[in-house]
Amino acid sequence: MDSNGDDVSRILGELETLKGTKTDIENRILLLETQLRELNSQNDTVLNGYSQSISAVDSCFAHGLSPDAIYRYSRHLLLPSFGVTGQSNLLKSSILVVGAGGLGSPALLYLAACGVGRLGIVDHDVVELNNMHRQVIHTEAYIGQPKAKSAAAACRSINSTIQISEHQEALCTSNALEILSQYDIVVDATDNAPSRYMINDCCVVLGKPLVSGAALGVEGQLTVYNYNGGPCYRCLFPTPPPTTACQRCADSGVLGVVPGIIGCLQALEAIKIASAVGEPLSGRMLLFDALSARIRIVKIRGRPSQCEACGENALSQQQFREFDYEKFTQSPLSTAPLKLNLIPEDSRISSKEYKEKVLNREAHVLVDVRPVHHFSIVSLPKSLNIPLSSLEARLPEISSALKQEEECNMNDFGVGASLYLVCRRGNDSQRAVQYLHKMGFGSARDIIGGLTSWAQDVDPNFPIY
Amino acid sequence: MQLTLEFGGGLELLCESVKIHNVNVEPQNGADKLIMKDLLAWVRTNLIKERPEMFMKGDSVRPGVLVIVNDCDWELSGQLDTPLEEKDVVVFISTLHGG
Repeated sequence: MDSNGDDVSRILGELETLKGTKTDIENRILLLETQLRELNSQNDTVLNGYSQSISAVDSCFAHGLSPDAIYRYSRHLLLPSFGVTGQSNLLKSSILVVGAGGLGSPALLYLAACGVGRLGIVDHDVVELNNMHRQVIHTEAYIGQPKAKSAAAACRSINSTIQISEHQEALCTSNALEILSQYDIVVDATDNAPSRYMINDCCVVLGKPLVSGAALGVEGQLTVYNYNGGPCYRCLFPTPPPTTACQRCADSGVLGVVPGIIGCLQALEAIKIASAVGEPLSGRMLLFDALSARIRIVKIRGRPSQCEACGENALSQQQFREFDYEKFTQSPLSTAPLKLNLIPEDSRISSKEYKEKVLNREAHVLVDVRPVHHFSIVSLPKSLNIPLSSLEARLPEISSALKQEEECNMNDFGVGASLYLVCRRGNDSQRAVQYLHKMGFGSARDIIGGLTSWAQDVDPNFPIY
Repeated sequence: MQLTLEFGGGLELLCESVKIHNVNVEPQNGADKLIMKDLLAWVRTNLIKERPEMFMKGDSVRPGVLVIVNDCDWELSGQLDTPLEEKDVVVFISTLHGG
């Protein structure tokens, strides 16, 4: 058994190494092929009868676009409103995308394709299967690998002629100034409130325009901050919202194409700023509602002089480095799921212990407090679904279920039926136990870690979502 | 007066998941005009069905909520003192953080 496990890990290790080498080789092949194409196209010009002295390569390209670039970006060059000026501006620009997730995926694909000279990607996360429905830059082959690496490889395979930098680290106050200062424009494609405040403040300190997008459920929002004297994120939201108002895609869900649309619009705004073409969405905000197919663009306030980031007493680099964004927003910079500890040890059991109780046919009622649409994804056998929000109104159902269970087990020793609570991860089940204890259900206990731990520790075939 | 109220960014969950409300609100206490402050109180009483603290803080909206009157941030029209007129459209939107 053990040697079998060793073999598996040895093979996995070797696969990992080989895949890494394969990616490196593929990148080198791409680069060489491009160089070759460029050399060939120069040779073609000569062969076609132009002598070196009148070759356009030497004399006419004041805009600095190579023949290859002219061909690649020809549809941009044909646009009267964009043209060679727009494209050369783009090729000279540098853009940093923070987050290679739902928003960052399409944004990066378009920014790489359109010829932004230097593209940076910051992400500390790894690709997971439940990302794939919206984070379209990643492929199944990269599951388990860093998102920055996967996104960079995808960008290189679309456009090997631009520079792409990977920053495989979490952005924080100690590295943000150094990373952001290397770029002209910043795209905020993150998924949490503290990161948004931190990126905004860093952009204000460094004087960089910030293209900010957000998406959740079936809605999206988009605006450009700190551009040409326009407002910043803190001008609009001086006080952070309560943590209960900050929902995450991992909890509330998101229709995959919605961040896709907002991410594309972020790429568009970044391209407009970089190429100096058009009117960036500064001082205005776009609100997108996918289900009613409505887009509303609203005018937002200007820069108030008392803004703590960009106002009269503007933030300094030193103050930025020392600012505690997690404390300010009372939420963590990383989006790891919350793990609460609300109730005493003896009011909780592990998923393994619960399994024992089921096997021993112990008289009990299992109440699942997840919302109905969660319950319909998957549930444990014989569990009773009473969502936390309706627990108060449905207490009688619990009482009668307990009574019925006790009656069924009369021939046992007359011991009362136990009451167990379960949810997705073991937070709401604790809230339910707290409430039930107050309401006289003193024996209520929750299953630690919820259905997630059931899937991890008891039944590996039980789906995780 | 006839007003259209819209809730978004999750605030609709506080009003039974209905995003658009066509309502009729009259000026309060015999006043001759209706201002945003009155409308907020009216919304809280008549439309918000749960967790009012997720919509309001004190007299105003909670941090993280933008109020848009006729496609314009209410900061530009006097915030709580913004006067309302027949057929105005007021949007309450909670800022999103996901991505």
